[in-house]
Amino acid sequence: MTATATKSAALTNPLYAGRRRRNAIAKGLAFAATIFGLGWLVLILGVLIYKGLGGLSLTVFTENTPPPGAAGGLLNAIVGSLVMTALAVIIGTPIGILAGTYLAEYGRHDKLSSVVRFINDILLSAPSIVIGLFVYEIMVAPMGHFSGWAGAVALAVIVIPVVVRTTEDMLSLVPDTLREAAASIGLPRAHMIVRIAYRAAQAGIVTGVLLAIARISGETAPLLFTALNNQFWTMNMNQPMPSLPVVIFQFALSPYAEWQKLAWTGALLITVTVLGLSILARSLTSARKS
Amino acid sequence: MASGERDVSEVALKGASAPAAVSASRAAVLRRLRLTDSLFHGLTRGASLAVLALLSGVIIALIVGAAPALGTFGIGFLFDESWNPVTERFGALAPIFGTLVTSFIAMLIAVPVGLMVAFFLTELCPKVLRRPIGIAIELLAGIPSIIYGIWGLFVFAPFLQQYVQPLFIDTFENVPVLSTLFAGPPYGIGMFTAGLILAIMVLPFVTSISRDVFDAVPPVLKEAAYGVGCTTWEVFRYVVLPFTRVGVIGGFMLGLGRALGETMAVTFVIGNAHHVSASLFAPGTTISASIANEFTEAVGDLYTSSLVALGLILFFITFCVLAIARYMLMRLQRQGR
Repeated sequence: MTATATKSAALTNPLYAGRRRRNAIAKGLAFAATIFGLGWLVLILGVLIYKGLGGLSLTVFTENTPPPGAAGGLLNAIVGSLVMTALAVIIGTPIGILAGTYLAEYGRHDKLSSVVRFINDILLSAPSIVIGLFVYEIMVAPMGHFSGWAGAVALAVIVIPVVVRTTEDMLSLVPDTLREAAASIGLPRAHMIVRIAYRAAQAGIVTGVLLAIARISGETAPLLFTALNNQFWTMNMNQPMPSLPVVIFQFALSPYAEWQKLAWTGALLITVTVLGLSILARSLTSARKS
Repeated sequence: MASGERDVSEVALKGASAPAAVSASRAAVLRRLRLTDSLFHGLTRGASLAVLALLSGVIIALIVGAAPALGTFGIGFLFDESWNPVTERFGALAPIFGTLVTSFIAMLIAVPVGLMVAFFLTELCPKVLRRPIGIAIELLAGIPSIIYGIWGLFVFAPFLQQYVQPLFIDTFENVPVLSTLFAGPPYGIGMFTAGLILAIMVLPFVTSISRDVFDAVPPVLKEAAYGVGCTTWEVFRYVVLPFTRVGVIGGFMLGLGRALGETMAVTFVIGNAHHVSASLFAPGTTISASIANEFTEAVGDLYTSSLVALGLILFFITFCVLAIARYMLMRLQRQGR
């Protein structure tokens, strides 16, 4: 029997033909699934840019949120978001980095670490609305009023697990020989961690913080009943504070065309910020790898 | 014990032949180093304990907040469909039902599609395209949920109302079970739409975890399968999938956890109606959407407390799902080593 005969025999074999057909179908489905998955990204971003760009102008950044039916901007909401995000990062980052340091440096294998690691993973994907309820119970209800502080704390609770996770992961990537070298010249452990390990893991830790900022800058649910909303300019953290996501939520569900337009513009701003941050974070770590 | 150690080292230093001033400053430096060292250790330990305290705090605060409602309605809270702020009668059945149904629809779509995308990315995709497509899928995961919400309300829901839902209603009009599931009128908003949007949100999670897990399969296993003449699909179906089963299911559970707790995307399109309806096209509500819609407007302690009780139920459900997910992913990690 010649080689070609074997080949054609194999091709005409019904079993083999069926297997090849199934393979082709599966490949086609996989290709279609990928197009389907990517299609949503294109669709969502496309609509967002189309609807959002139309309302984008300088007044968006110079005027406060308008009363129903009037024109205006998003200034107070943007500032409120920035202030609360900054405070959340200031509160959450140190706790996150320190806890991540404990997991990676001091207690790599002890019981406490494995429990904390597990709990942290739960917090990482806990529904953010539950975090809002928690902060409402511990801050808003006892204080008797909604406040910017409560909003910042709610966001900080979301920042912490993200930073803990990335800090631990990044410190675990630092080679142990570096630690041993530091120890061998008599550097105490704390100094070794701060001066050697942190420096080696710097880019990764910054990435974690950036990812955390990206995560909270779009969060709406935890702010709904902590910071609430405020139609006016405020820098008083003891008052209800406006934020971009909550304003979008309120404006999008309103019947006023002006408000809906502003909601789309705000949505575009948030998306650009979040995607920009996550691309920046990604480029930081990939630059480090290469 | 620490002070005892310090004494010992001081005696040792004093015993050295160096001038007294030098040894004294050296001892001071050493003491400072030791102090900062133990201080830093304490700080990091304290911070990790704070993470524990945070979760316990969440649970305690929710239980305390939910106590009045659970005390009034008892276990029946879980099975009561009524939700009446005027007569102050509340039950969690409709939100729980809505949460489970929308998440089920989401997983029904996201799991097969996510698996196929991961199959494409790991086995079929040209090397050049692999990274860009992977990044694009992850960007989809990074889009804040409120964006999905506003897009769902203004673009997706009207589209479904006009084209997709009438088609479903007409097609399945005379089919026994499906005619109930897809009973009109086509509102656009409702559980069906919410489920679809959740599917789009969960898809990148399922995809990226499945891809990572598939990438961890030892090449030797796949090569052996190819060596005995398997097709690409057969290698995936009979070698890669069984090998990574635990991790893939862990990934599904993570996605499910996200779908169950998702708030904003759902709130926009669910319709907020406290009814248990057999039709998927009917407006409904989920736990998170009820809380988001009603919490600030809730008057009376019992109303507020009932909403917190909903939050407690949601937290309990997601906690279990996430715990299973982490357990499975951890098992896979151990198996890999």
